[in-house]
Amino acid sequence: MRTRRTAMALLASLSIVAAACGDDEKTGSTAVETTTADTAGTDTTTADTAGTDTTVGVETTVAGETDYMWTPNAGVLAGAEGQVNIVAWPGYIEDGSTAPEYDWVTPFESITSCQVNVKLGATSDEMVQLMQSGEYDGVSASGDATNRLMAGGEIAALDLAEYTSYVDVFAGLKDKVWNSLDGEPMGIPHGRGANLLVYNTEAFPDGLDSWSAMWDGGTVADGAVSIYDSPIYIADAALWLMATQPELGITDPYALDQTQFDAAIALLDEQKAVSGQYWSDYTVQAGSLVDGTVLAGTTWQVVANFAAGEGAKIETVKPKEGATGWSDTWMLSSQASNPNCMKLWMDWISSPWANAQATEYFGEAPSNAKSCTLTADPDHCTKFHAENEEYWDDVWYWTTATEECIDGRTDVACVPYTEWVNAWSSLRA
Amino acid sequence: MGECVELAPGLNPVESAGEASGPPQPFRALNRVFRRRRRVGLLSLLSPPVFWMLFIYVGSLVLLVVSAFFALDPISQKPTTTFTTDNITDALTDSSATRLFLQTVLIASAVTIACVAIALPTAFFVAKIAPRWMRRGLMVSILLPLWAGYMVKTYAWRAMVSPAGGSQFAAEGRGGGGFLQSALGWTPGYSKTAVVIALVYLWLPYMMLPIYAGLERLPSSLLDAAGDLGAKPLRTFRSVIMPLLLPSIAAGSIFTFSLSLGDYILPRLVVDGKERVMFGELINSTLGAPNQPLAAAYTIWPLAMIILYLFAMKRAGAFDNL
Amino acid sequence: MRTSLLSRVVLGLITLGTLLFLYTPLWVVARLSFTTTKSVSWPAKGWTLQWWREAWKTEGPRDALVNSLSVALAATAVALVLGTLAAFAMQRFTFFGRNSVSFLWVLPIALPGIVTGIALQNTFSRTIDLGLFSFRVGFGFHSLVIAHATFCVVVAYNNVVARLRRSSPNLLEASADLGAHGTQTFRYVTFPLVRSALVAGGILAFALSFDEIVVTTFTSGSGFLTLPQWIYANFARPKSPGVVNVVATFVMLMSIPIAWLAQRLGDGGVDQ
Repeated sequence: MRTRRTAMALLASLSIVAAACGDDEKTGSTAVETTTADTAGTDTTTADTAGTDTTVGVETTVAGETDYMWTPNAGVLAGAEGQVNIVAWPGYIEDGSTAPEYDWVTPFESITSCQVNVKLGATSDEMVQLMQSGEYDGVSASGDATNRLMAGGEIAALDLAEYTSYVDVFAGLKDKVWNSLDGEPMGIPHGRGANLLVYNTEAFPDGLDSWSAMWDGGTVADGAVSIYDSPIYIADAALWLMATQPELGITDPYALDQTQFDAAIALLDEQKAVSGQYWSDYTVQAGSLVDGTVLAGTTWQVVANFAAGEGAKIETVKPKEGATGWSDTWMLSSQASNPNCMKLWMDWISSPWANAQATEYFGEAPSNAKSCTLTADPDHCTKFHAENEEYWDDVWYWTTATEECIDGRTDVACVPYTEWVNAWSSLRA
Repeated sequence: MGECVELAPGLNPVESAGEASGPPQPFRALNRVFRRRRRVGLLSLLSPPVFWMLFIYVGSLVLLVVSAFFALDPISQKPTTTFTTDNITDALTDSSATRLFLQTVLIASAVTIACVAIALPTAFFVAKIAPRWMRRGLMVSILLPLWAGYMVKTYAWRAMVSPAGGSQFAAEGRGGGGFLQSALGWTPGYSKTAVVIALVYLWLPYMMLPIYAGLERLPSSLLDAAGDLGAKPLRTFRSVIMPLLLPSIAAGSIFTFSLSLGDYILPRLVVDGKERVMFGELINSTLGAPNQPLAAAYTIWPLAMIILYLFAMKRAGAFDNL
Repeated sequence: MRTSLLSRVVLGLITLGTLLFLYTPLWVVARLSFTTTKSVSWPAKGWTLQWWREAWKTEGPRDALVNSLSVALAATAVALVLGTLAAFAMQRFTFFGRNSVSFLWVLPIALPGIVTGIALQNTFSRTIDLGLFSFRVGFGFHSLVIAHATFCVVVAYNNVVARLRRSSPNLLEASADLGAHGTQTFRYVTFPLVRSALVAGGILAFALSFDEIVVTTFTSGSGFLTLPQWIYANFARPKSPGVVNVVATFVMLMSIPIAWLAQRLGDGGVDQ
């Protein structure tokens, strides 16, 4: 009996201690320490990688307060619910926990009192599934998710009067197939980027300008190639076929009839010989780039930046054959429990300062024209071709393949995305 | 073997017999009902848990299988109300799915066997050979990793097995590979072998517990008797210990087998996404496609397997030893 | 049984090997919590308390820890009640279908987590129309407690059944003979009898619930993260994974006294 009593007392006191220690910090010091090993002392120097060493530029007034260049809609602000649950790409919603200088959540929370809860989605498929549950207020969806979400009734139409930043968004991003329905805008554009080729500079000292290392093999990267693990990657195979087998007649990598589709799948099967990794988690690809176990692959600039910051010897490039890419849109859920906070977020993230922060960190072209003067790197918009429409001519934004051919052909049926999913699943088995 | 139970203070038989006091009025009536109707007693005890399990759990399983009979709308990728058997047929006849399931069963079996092979001698040592004072310390040490957390251990194994990169390609001071590579000069790399090793690592405590308990219950006098009758230790092991331990092993195997069968997080991280190793990954990625009906159809595989396995283990007496 | 010196030594070495096997990865995690690099790969470079300081300040893991603790406590409580009821029913009565019913308790823990997870998720997401009223379970703290309690029942059940099996049913009769009413018997005889089993079962159920990730992923609501979920979510971010290693190491250290306690109390039941 005695031992049990002491044991109970011990357990009780342990829990008290744990609870006490837990609450310790709220009153403790708030000094943020950044050691020298922190964020990217080393950054790669070629044109296509954004520097990550300096803090992103902000306009400061004399009193030391940052001007975020955003005034929320008063009506929406009045109805703010206090919190918002958003599905987002990793890196889109940063609150300072990755690195203290990347934080565009804290200002938002203090202005609107909407606490931001993020649910990360690694692929568009995941995001569609999450949004279908009805548990989230909004999403940063790429074009291949938006079609499905809009078709499924998951997205609420927008009243543009409630959004103060929309007017400054590049015209080239508005009223597109993937962000509007029947002429009605269904979301706020965030930014756009291409899926880039990343390669190890020691392995390829002369640089690379073609996707060939990922398809043809015969390079030092054989068995060390990193591939994005999602059915949408089939479009990348189609893209390569467009360049190498023009006789197949592919004009749009998302509009593939059965013959073209089968050719793409066959190509992906062959690719297994050179593949080393199928990634969907950032840190997995970044770690492998640092270790040198991946020497070439498809990547996003943000991953390359992170790996470079850890010392990886890499560079990124958009190959001459073109690339797939994405144009992302913030969308409001039709089942949102916190619609006002979500609207505020959508307006905030597309406002000049926040958009500059977010897109410079991620390494993509911003959607707000005014952001170009606010980025730390004054050439950011030029590097990411924000205003250069020509650059985007050979970038094929992620889109959902449908039976009705996207390239307009009516004589054949194209393979719908559900078949892409099945094929990818069999391929990966 | 008589038992001495400390009668809690307050229950003095002489006192209660004499006094007219007793439980308050409502309880008195309740007691009468329970005494008179054994059935009522049984039902009132049994109904809450049974209700819970049947309606919440088994009901959910039934709903899940039913949901597999509905077609998916190809554009919005949401389940419709159209009835179809296509999902079930696809799930049960697709050759790559079948192959994957068999591979998963093989892996789960390998993990179970390895766990038994490690747990038996270890538990025997702790239960029968180690001195009494060491026993608790040893058992605590063996069970402590249970608390470290699944995710932690999974990521730890990633760091353990990562292969060496070409060091000229790696960043400064990197590329030497994971812990195993740098410490032992060898690593299974990101492979099925690594998956098996990591799974054995994760579930070993779950096998240790019932085997240790079983060995503890084994009176040493029994073993001495066998020795006295002329049996060598190996014979004793084969004819006395193993049959008595079989229920415990069966009980432990329920955990190791089923936990391995359905796992999808560890394989994805320890195989570095190169290939799909376990059936759970297929279910998870189908669900994420999103294609809920097809994923539900795929779950029929592990569902049937585990139910069969449970029947087999019940015969082996596992249920008395969990 | 006389075991030779050789076999004793061999078995001892095997045990040592097992312990080494069990602890090396944990040590790797602990070592990585002090590394100066940002990514979570081996080898760890240098020594720094940076991540420990940062973990202290981050609210995420603290909230997640509190969430995990509260879900585990609630689920354990529910599981103990249900498990004890079931144990008494199964142990003290014989009835038709008793063997089949024993399957019910084991099923949730025997079926792979992903099957349980998507089955429950499917149910909780639906609106159930019962004519007079309709309800939807939804997702949040309650859905987690329901899910966790379901697979923890068997743990409580087993411990109580084992305890009841060891004790004689005559005790309860004796208590009645001595003039105690049903509720008195329960309070003064039955409950003290199973108390140790309840504690042992409770601790094990708590551990199960605390560490669970798969079923949790499918049955949790947005914004409500348990500790394993937090770890999973944050390892995938190019955040400071060092912080996650810190959290992991912290949990490991905290669990030492608890594991010791569990073993102590578990043995305590047998000795009695």
